Amino acid sequence: MHSTTSEPTADPVRSLPSTVDQALKIAVVGGFGVGKTTLVRSVSEIRPLNTEETMTRAGDGIDDLNGVEDKHTTTVAFDFGRITLDATSVLYLFGAPGQQRFWFLWDRLFSGALGAVVLVDTRRLGDSFYAIDHLEAQRTPFVVAHNDFGEGDHGLEDIRAALDLDPAVPLLRCDARDRTSAKGVLIALIEHVRSLVAEAAR
Amino acid sequence: MTRSHRHETPDRLYVITSGRSDGADESLDAVTLIVAESEPTPDMQSEHAAILRTCRGPMAVVEVSAHLGLPLTVTRILLTDLLDTGRITARHPRTAPSPAHPLASPDVLEKVLVALHNL
Repeated sequence: MHSTTSEPTADPVRSLPSTVDQALKIAVVGGFGVGKTTLVRSVSEIRPLNTEETMTRAGDGIDDLNGVEDKHTTTVAFDFGRITLDATSVLYLFGAPGQQRFWFLWDRLFSGALGAVVLVDTRRLGDSFYAIDHLEAQRTPFVVAHNDFGEGDHGLEDIRAALDLDPAVPLLRCDARDRTSAKGVLIALIEHVRSLVAEAAR
Repeated sequence: MTRSHRHETPDRLYVITSGRSDGADESLDAVTLIVAESEPTPDMQSEHAAILRTCRGPMAVVEVSAHLGLPLTVTRILLTDLLDTGRITARHPRTAPSPAHPLASPDVLEKVLVALHNL
């Protein structure tokens, strides 16, 4: 998957084995340009694809003079990749912007996700505040990964403090371009979920 | 075939769905796997035919949407047409965590971990 096609050629349809009957998902959220697509690409067996989620919702309670409901449509693009786990299961990874104004779109898209990765960079930590609050409120398990562009010597503990992150939430450094590193983030997430499951069973 | 819908006018999307903006099967999750149960026929709407060609093997709703170059909402409506006429079947996520049970089963997690380690 190292081809660098310069033209927007049609992606070949790459089917899953016919026996696959169980799809799982993991959400990767973060601000624009933080490396969500890069992380997905590093581990995906297909070149990341993108599509759009659209939602029409009523306005904020102010009726206009004609009594016509004030509706507006929001369309936000997201991308995704996939990993075939075995003969019966496939894992989809969704990369989506995590700012507050988009979450009403993602609640449905992410519903039933195994967990989430919040990708942060230290130049724009504020972009992830809402995502963290929202995931906590929803009780969706998540880890925070600092995509290290080599921009400074921020210690992870400084980042944890700046994000006001619960000590129980794993925080790790990664290089989203690197397959092993990206893989490590997903493994950290699943191990975290597993420990939560074990705790809940006690 | 995968001309982006971003170059489409809203009218075009309106025509594709025959003016419908709802009526999609609500159980169609983004990762519900779609499998074609029949071959396209010449009299079929081109988007329906494209779905049947795309789903010769299992394919998640979100992936169908990307290959068609149509938004998820529009794709769900088209898939519902095909479900209603038995031309496709849907394999819904089975053990999805829910608000009442927010965590996945240990078996599923173990399977994911093994696969990730083997990547």
